[in-house]
Amino acid sequence: MISFILNDRLIQTDKPAGMPLLDFIRYEQDLKGTKSGCREGDCGACTVIEGKLVNGKLQYRTIVSCLTPLGNVQGKHIVTVEGLNTEKPSPVQVALVEHNGTQCGFCTPGFVVSLTAYLMAEETGPENAIAAIDGNICRCTGYQSIKRASEDVEKLKSELTGSDSIRQFIEKKIIPDWFGNIEERLKAIPPLKKLSGEKTIIIGGGTDLMVQQPDDIRGLDITFLHDADDLKGISFQNNYCTIGAETPASEIMNSIELQRHFPKLKEYFKLISSTQIRNMGTLAGNFVNASPIGDLSIIFLALNADIYLNENEDRKRKISLKDFFLDYKKLDLHASEIIEKIVFRLPDTNTRFHFEKVGKRTHLDIASVNSAILLKTENDVITEAYLSAGGVSPVPLYLKETSAFLKGKEITAGTVVEANHIAQQEISPISDIRGSEAYKRLLLRQLIFIHFLELFPEMVLFNELIDVQT
Amino acid sequence: MKNIDATGHVTGKSVYLDDIPEQKGTLHAVVLGAAVAHGKITKLDFTEALSSPGVEYIFTADDIPGENQIGGIFPDEPLFAEKEVHYQGQPIALIVAKDEFTARKARKLIKAEYEEYSAVVDPREAKEKGLLLFPPRTFHSGDVEKAWENCDYIFKGRADTAGQEHLYIETQGAYVYPLENNNLMVHSSTQGPTAVQKTIALVLGLPMHRIEVNVTRLGGGFGGKEDQATPWACMAALAAYKIHRPVKLILQRPDDMLMTGKRHPYSSDFKIGLSKDLKILAFETVYYQNGGAAADLSPPIMGRSLFHATNSYYIPNVKATGYSCKTNLPPFTAFRGFGAPQAVFVMEAAITLAAEKLDVPARIIQEKNLIKENDTFHYGQKAKRVNAGKSWQEMMKDYGIEKLAKEIYDFNAAHETVKKGLAIMPICFGISFTKTAMNQARALVHIYQDGSVGVSTGAIEMGQGVNTKLLQVAAQCFSISPGRVKLETTNTTRVANTSPTAASSGADLNGKALLNACDDLVKRLKQSAARMLNTKPDDIELRDEKIYLANTETDITWEKLVEYTFLERISLSAVGHYATPVIHFDRTREKGHPFAYHVYGTAALTVRLDCLRGRYTFEKVQIVHDFGNSLNQVIDLGQIEGGLAQGIGWMTLEELKFDEKGVLLSNSLSTYKIPDIYAVPETVQCKSLVTEGPELAILRSKAVGEPPFLYGIGAYFALRNAIRAFNPKADLKFEAPLTPEKVLLALYGDDET
Repeated sequence: MISFILNDRLIQTDKPAGMPLLDFIRYEQDLKGTKSGCREGDCGACTVIEGKLVNGKLQYRTIVSCLTPLGNVQGKHIVTVEGLNTEKPSPVQVALVEHNGTQCGFCTPGFVVSLTAYLMAEETGPENAIAAIDGNICRCTGYQSIKRASEDVEKLKSELTGSDSIRQFIEKKIIPDWFGNIEERLKAIPPLKKLSGEKTIIIGGGTDLMVQQPDDIRGLDITFLHDADDLKGISFQNNYCTIGAETPASEIMNSIELQRHFPKLKEYFKLISSTQIRNMGTLAGNFVNASPIGDLSIIFLALNADIYLNENEDRKRKISLKDFFLDYKKLDLHASEIIEKIVFRLPDTNTRFHFEKVGKRTHLDIASVNSAILLKTENDVITEAYLSAGGVSPVPLYLKETSAFLKGKEITAGTVVEANHIAQQEISPISDIRGSEAYKRLLLRQLIFIHFLELFPEMVLFNELIDVQT
Repeated sequence: MKNIDATGHVTGKSVYLDDIPEQKGTLHAVVLGAAVAHGKITKLDFTEALSSPGVEYIFTADDIPGENQIGGIFPDEPLFAEKEVHYQGQPIALIVAKDEFTARKARKLIKAEYEEYSAVVDPREAKEKGLLLFPPRTFHSGDVEKAWENCDYIFKGRADTAGQEHLYIETQGAYVYPLENNNLMVHSSTQGPTAVQKTIALVLGLPMHRIEVNVTRLGGGFGGKEDQATPWACMAALAAYKIHRPVKLILQRPDDMLMTGKRHPYSSDFKIGLSKDLKILAFETVYYQNGGAAADLSPPIMGRSLFHATNSYYIPNVKATGYSCKTNLPPFTAFRGFGAPQAVFVMEAAITLAAEKLDVPARIIQEKNLIKENDTFHYGQKAKRVNAGKSWQEMMKDYGIEKLAKEIYDFNAAHETVKKGLAIMPICFGISFTKTAMNQARALVHIYQDGSVGVSTGAIEMGQGVNTKLLQVAAQCFSISPGRVKLETTNTTRVANTSPTAASSGADLNGKALLNACDDLVKRLKQSAARMLNTKPDDIELRDEKIYLANTETDITWEKLVEYTFLERISLSAVGHYATPVIHFDRTREKGHPFAYHVYGTAALTVRLDCLRGRYTFEKVQIVHDFGNSLNQVIDLGQIEGGLAQGIGWMTLEELKFDEKGVLLSNSLSTYKIPDIYAVPETVQCKSLVTEGPELAILRSKAVGEPPFLYGIGAYFALRNAIRAFNPKADLKFEAPLTPEKVLLALYGDDET
């Protein structure tokens, strides 16, 4: 039995825990405002708002319902466009109407929901209204009218103050009155008992598994880890950072403390999927999916992270993330093991980190090639180097030889060009839908160049790189 | 006036196909498509699939009581493949089950085997092998062969554009249920309800009157649901008819992408000749249209390519030939622009090649050759009310384009790894279905006793705002509040024998028919008002819901007049019919006057290219567009901005890819990328050219659906200029889309990695 609140109604259902929330909303509850566009999290037409209790306080953010298994909404508040309707249109609805931000209208409920969630989000939510709809695709408008509508939403956001938020949202007619007692009602719903059949499959955020095998999952026993508190959170101790396996990407992106250590963190994460998907997709999920272009895998490879694997209380082990990826979609992970957390050393003042990603579409796309680097220097000499790249081998690749080469070298154009030559030997890209082999090789060269141009602009010049190269 | 559907859309209350309440006992269907692009079906075993619980029936060609034929123009396309398959995803069978999940699982249990034949995916190869969907066509004007002798410069080249997935966010679908006497009620997400009705009738062997097709609205169409909504409606109808149960068939995205046609890929050759003073004297082109496995709408699409071969230029000697090539890909189909964008790309490529070789900005050649009043298009129509030059000059002046060009030049000189590029994109688009017979429409208007009005037409609302415009037409004609008018669904029992809503002509044709119906009713109302007031109808005027006599307000309101007219037993219903006058075309000579009028405009596109990453952003697009006397500026601006974004997407980002065996590689939203909010121009400015507008446009408001798509073609040329600013030796083929991959490879040429 799964219990949650859908708009203002308590739902208790025996439907399969692996059923997509979208299907439950549309076909079991007859709420037809939430649309099905792609069922892979790439269009945002099925976006809903997820409210959950965090330390007893209700927090709202967007998710895509097509990739959310029913089991992941236990004890939560799910809001569809119908849940935002009152007698008069809300300010978000008014903005879209006034600026003609809707044409065929099929994607529109998703935009309404995302923009409303933006108004309701904590300070650490999307940085602006446009960022809040980075996961919503519209084929009709060309977005200009939606941008104009977003300006109105932005203005409203700036008028909101930080305190007593739900009441404030109700007063501003952003949400209906009945939101007032949702927090109390949610507290009465117990957490989901872990389903633990023999043949059970583990789901985190669902953003990969629900794309790859939705029909197979539906009938299976599922272990839901997404809301396991002991697998969540970001903590700091003695220059080390620990991130729980089930921490969604958005929480890493929006961690103020991590942003202090990685000033461009938000820029990096803005290139990774969309607001909705970052709210769902987890750190461990990105690792175990073992995609050769997993963005988080690439980032944490360069951070030389260790991962902690946990079979049960007695059987735990720690390995370097570098050793985790064995071959295409093959991991050093036993069937009954889960990832518990990762730990990595925070950069000190002599350490610089950079991440680059290029795909066909800059945002909400899978990389053609991505790459991350961490360099520690003393007197312009590299003392530690970790370089990773995705899309250039069967696994998210730690460039061992190149990293070893860089250690002890002075930072010069010559070093960078030579590093690229070594990297080119280490990689084995193939031509596929994300690009030809020649492109991926050139792109990696560019990304290696860019790492140094970005990190050491005073020491490496583009001209020099090209001159040395040729 | 705002779009009348907007409130329904933002509240999620607007009803699309899959939102129609289901009847009890509704069954759900999925389609089995061919696994290979070309081959013979050697085995088709349904045993296991049929025995899985919840599966009701599996339909194949054998179950069709009428003809297994859905070809709209040529009868060359079966509903279900019988012995051979000709493209990957070609429908073979329909699995009907208690729910979609069950049907989908059963599909996996079907054992289908094929003897695979070699597949042809390249149109030039198809042409070599004599695989043509229909005979080639050639448009001539002047004498090209002679003209070459007078040219000071002659350049030859090749230009290629890839296909484009429609990616309407609402996928294809139909919901059909039996009515009494086993007549059928068909809900279809189609731009062409009559095509659906007619084809179902053919497939089931029934007269058309037994099939009722109803459409409320589409979640996007763009041409993709003009012809290709039909097969899904036929399949659902077949199942509903045979097993007497409601049947719903909605394609999931991967099936939609795999099984439906898209914009035609073209490969073209061109030859352009100019005089010393850069007048284009001659232009010759051959289009190899990749038509896919069946004709579908390829014939008129090729026609429109030939019509638009010279874009907005006057060229005295033209020869344009089109081959529609049969390949083992899904039948390519209508998509906003309908063959014109492919041809316009070739024309612009030819000018750009000449400009690059002669080292002059392309805009010099473009401007010198813009079509002028009373020039004759190469298909024989005399150009009237030409706004090509006017929009060009206004754009250059109002947006300060020469200054912008200088700024970009300076910027590029000052920046090493970021370059900007500018392109000017003039457009010209002919309005009318090029098949003259299709330029007709009807509208049915009821004035109810309480003064409210119901309007039915053949137009399909798919986001373009046609219903809003039609509502405005009726409200204006009756001089009543728009709130009194309701736009009904599009239904074949109310308005029959409709043309599809396509060719940008939905508002013109249906609006004119509606106007005729309303005018009839106004005439009757004036007659009855004249009787009430003991005067002549000519002295009566309907104004702001009041009746005026000789310019003086009376105490007769709209409501009173309607009531009186009804009691007088005068009909308050009217059917209006409209057929576009003037137009004609002689296919034997390929000459005539095919278009009611042309739409013009000019855009300037500025792109900023990150030469380290090969990434680009369109900084601004500045447009002067010829709307005529726009009936609804808000809606028309939406068409400009939306069409532009789709055009830019086609030129830069959207990469439709098949492998050499005809397998679709870009088969999902994670591999086929359309513009997101960050990928569209940072700013779009659009100014309206002040003109009176043509009489043949609805209330002189010009058609606006397709023309702005053409502005997006400038994206390729702006980007090309930015690349050449970084690498003047860049080896750049005229090949779109110009993706980040092609850009980066062009920027660095043969650099060693």
